[in-house]
Amino acid sequence: MADALKSKIADVFDEPACGTNVSKSEQQRKKGCAKPLTPGAAAGGCAFDGAKIALQPIVDVAHLVHAPLACEGNGWDNRGAASSGSERYRTGFTTDMTELDIVMGFGEKKLFRALRELIAAEQPPAVFVYATCVPALIGDDIDAVCRAASEAFATPCIPIDAPGYVGSKNLGNKLAGEAMLDHVIGTVEPAECTPYDINIVGDYNLSGELWQVKPLLDRLGIRILGSLAADARYKQVAMMHRAKVTMMVCSKALINVARKLEERWGIPFFEGSFYGISDTSEALRTMCRILVDQGADAELLERCEALIAEEEAQVWADLEPYRPRVAGRKVLLYTGGHKSWSVVSALQELGMEVIGTSVRKATEEDKGRVVEIMGSTAHMFDNMAPKDMYRLLKQAGADVLMSGGRSQFVALKARMPWVDVNQEKHEPYAGYMGMVDLVRALDRSMNNPMWEELRGAAPWDEPLTEGRVLPALSGACPVTGAEGATRPVSLVPPLPPRSGAEGEAPDRVRGGGDETPVPGSTRHLPAGAAQGVAGFTSSETDFEDC
Amino acid sequence: MAKLVHPKRALSTNPLKSSAPLGAALAYLGIEKSIPLFHGSQGCTAFAMVHLVRHFKEAVPLQTTAMNEVSTILGGAEQIEEAIENLRRKSAPKIIGIASTALTETRGEDVPGELKEIVARRTDFDDTKIVYASTPDFDGAMQDGWARAVTAIVETLVPRVTERDPDLRQVTLLCGSHLTPAEIEELVRMIRAFGLTPVVLPDISTSLDGHVSDDWTGTSLGGTPLDRIAAAARSAFSLAVGESMRDAARALEERAMVPYRVFQSVTGLKPVDAFVRTLMGLSGVQDPPPSVKRDRARLIDAALDAHFHTGGLRVAIGADPDLMFSLSTALTSMGAEIVTAVTTSQHTPLIERMPCDEVILGDLGDFERSAKEQGAQILLTHSHGRHAEHRLHVPLVRVGFPVFDRIGAQDACRVGYRGSRAFLYEIANTVQSIHHRARPEDFGAAPIAEEFEHVPHATRH
Repeated sequence: MADALKSKIADVFDEPACGTNVSKSEQQRKKGCAKPLTPGAAAGGCAFDGAKIALQPIVDVAHLVHAPLACEGNGWDNRGAASSGSERYRTGFTTDMTELDIVMGFGEKKLFRALRELIAAEQPPAVFVYATCVPALIGDDIDAVCRAASEAFATPCIPIDAPGYVGSKNLGNKLAGEAMLDHVIGTVEPAECTPYDINIVGDYNLSGELWQVKPLLDRLGIRILGSLAADARYKQVAMMHRAKVTMMVCSKALINVARKLEERWGIPFFEGSFYGISDTSEALRTMCRILVDQGADAELLERCEALIAEEEAQVWADLEPYRPRVAGRKVLLYTGGHKSWSVVSALQELGMEVIGTSVRKATEEDKGRVVEIMGSTAHMFDNMAPKDMYRLLKQAGADVLMSGGRSQFVALKARMPWVDVNQEKHEPYAGYMGMVDLVRALDRSMNNPMWEELRGAAPWDEPLTEGRVLPALSGACPVTGAEGATRPVSLVPPLPPRSGAEGEAPDRVRGGGDETPVPGSTRHLPAGAAQGVAGFTSSETDFEDC
Repeated sequence: MAKLVHPKRALSTNPLKSSAPLGAALAYLGIEKSIPLFHGSQGCTAFAMVHLVRHFKEAVPLQTTAMNEVSTILGGAEQIEEAIENLRRKSAPKIIGIASTALTETRGEDVPGELKEIVARRTDFDDTKIVYASTPDFDGAMQDGWARAVTAIVETLVPRVTERDPDLRQVTLLCGSHLTPAEIEELVRMIRAFGLTPVVLPDISTSLDGHVSDDWTGTSLGGTPLDRIAAAARSAFSLAVGESMRDAARALEERAMVPYRVFQSVTGLKPVDAFVRTLMGLSGVQDPPPSVKRDRARLIDAALDAHFHTGGLRVAIGADPDLMFSLSTALTSMGAEIVTAVTTSQHTPLIERMPCDEVILGDLGDFERSAKEQGAQILLTHSHGRHAEHRLHVPLVRVGFPVFDRIGAQDACRVGYRGSRAFLYEIANTVQSIHHRARPEDFGAAPIAEEFEHVPHATRH
């Protein structure tokens, strides 16, 4: 690992704004906060994945992945970050390194040529060049190539140095933030600054979630100046240093960016969430308070309170029709972070019962909140193996599972309604209006008449009752030439149809079948077919099987 | 549940229904070596034939008694006799299926009486069976014409029996007009899987399935052989698929004491379960073949994958009652909502059972208007719905008759576990094909400031 990268990683791990880090001893802190990955039992993406996820929502930038095909080819265009403008961010650009490139060391040249072609074809405001394991291993100097290309093609080429093997997705997020701090933030000045300019960090505008919140900001006269990286333009990242406050949405992944914005440019930051009604109101309040502290007119606070009161009344009124449809239903929550607490309290308010929640990634502080909301620790669980979850759902201990895509099929195969609340979801659930969308999704999922049908018995689960005798099949199978069963078939079959000791009961012939066994007729009859309690002999010779 | 609405208007815009004689002709084409004959003017036949050809992409034998002014006034018995004679000479059909039209019905011709007289007098016609169904264009739709023709076939060709001598391994499958050749084939496959032999009536799966035969004939290219129709008298049971087949099933019961069961739908999990359960009972098979069980398990998985797209889906459907009912119930059982239902015929108890508030007895004009008002997200009707598709910007799934702007309509299968699975995929994929990208204005958010947008500059190359 290059020394620069090594020190960068040590730097992001030693995060003074992170509570967990601060509480560690000096020695623990040196080790960093990356948990060692367990071979054979690891899940989740690599550092490159994390860097790409954090930056890809910058919509007008060309994202060029310097790698053999897998890194981009297997992962492009798989997330629902929405754009109100350019669609360039969805295009998969990669250098597609071949064996020859690697063996002969052509990587740097290929990257430079790729940059020339890309800039000529697309004329993007900037190109982000992602380093990956292979070029890092063979020593491609991506920094140097980017410097040369920036100069040669008059377009910023930004190296994103987060090869997969250095660590987890979370670390990749942080390294991406460092790249922005080093190369992008502060490079462009806005035409005009206002006291109502904010940064939003850590939101990805999945399915348009940012736009569910933006009307609230529009009404308060608050401008999203900087964004990392929801529906962001390159210039919005470059201008981040001129905002008055930074809101860190949901995740601590990019806390290094927020802290360094404060250190370098004196922009205060706060953590907030737009999931759930109370959290949305709280985030707006905090945002306005800091803006006023930073010099905005104090009447902003009044307008903010008025807006919150109006919107909260509206959302509860909108939710009311769903109350009879969701009240009393049991929800099992299985998400990683702490972002859903506010959602939980809203669901409880609507009469739903949250029967359990995972705390696998939660901090002690988060766990405290669980106890506060749920009343006890009884509903908390750590990881749940898919097998256990399947069993829990199958026993109908819950009416719906809210989780990420990984447990989707555990729920579905247990014939259990499932609502996606993770990043891959296709519906936005942010802000006040998002809460209504979420409850609507829960209603639509739980109350689909399909579930009852799917859980019902198959036709063959019930024993046949009528008593009649059918004659034996006539004629030979057209495929194998085997003669049909020669015994008649009774309509009163034993249950279970094909168990018990072989050949125990004699074949009783009833009705008008041919009583003489045809040679070879037993050849295609399984041993168990001729036995049973009531002389039932099921024929195996239908045209499907023979 | 639903009530029937007759729109208060004189003008019909963009017809939804096809005529009853066309349905009768199609049913006759499901009999081996048959020629349908319209008792009416030439145009009645020409329009119907073009309609059939456009849908099936096959040469369709369809003849006319070519009523002229004189015969229209004086009576068309001679025209019928001459038509039969000419058809026999030219194509030697084993059966001629006659369907009346609005022209001859308005005139009030006593065709059954005349036919009786002709057949009694012309003993040389003995080796051609003649079936007649009264199918005035002004009453009912394609489905009704088909149903009357099938009843007429049963009443003419199935012998009356006084003592029951059932072949317990044989069942009669009475196919409604909404079944495509592939769907008939699928039902036959399921019946055979239980060791039963079906008499399929009528069987367009062997005549209009779109195949190249070794020889050219002027009659239908396949279909139920006449002796098999007679053999239906010995069937253990009649499986009537489609409510419109109830009359034919009753006729069979009345003539040959064959008990029956009507399956109003064989699309969707529960309806197919009922069909399979009946087959289990008939065959005495408690443990169905693995293929049937696997197909059910697959349908359940398909339902799980599809319900994300069908849940809350607002559907507009326009079709003959049998088809409308079976597809609508399959969709509502998946959480969809029927916001517009337009049908062609009131001669059915299914309208009351439709899972919606009202069913319009109307045309595609009503269909389009209602779909727009109700904010339908998907349209299900025949090819003529494409105009509504374009105007409303809502995708169209082509179902029913005619489908003339897509090939392979005869291969669409939406029945049985397999067909239901394909139907769910079809609907879910159509929903997904609507490429909707979220926009700020969808949520009432202001667009981003222009200042932030990148203005491309010419590079130095």
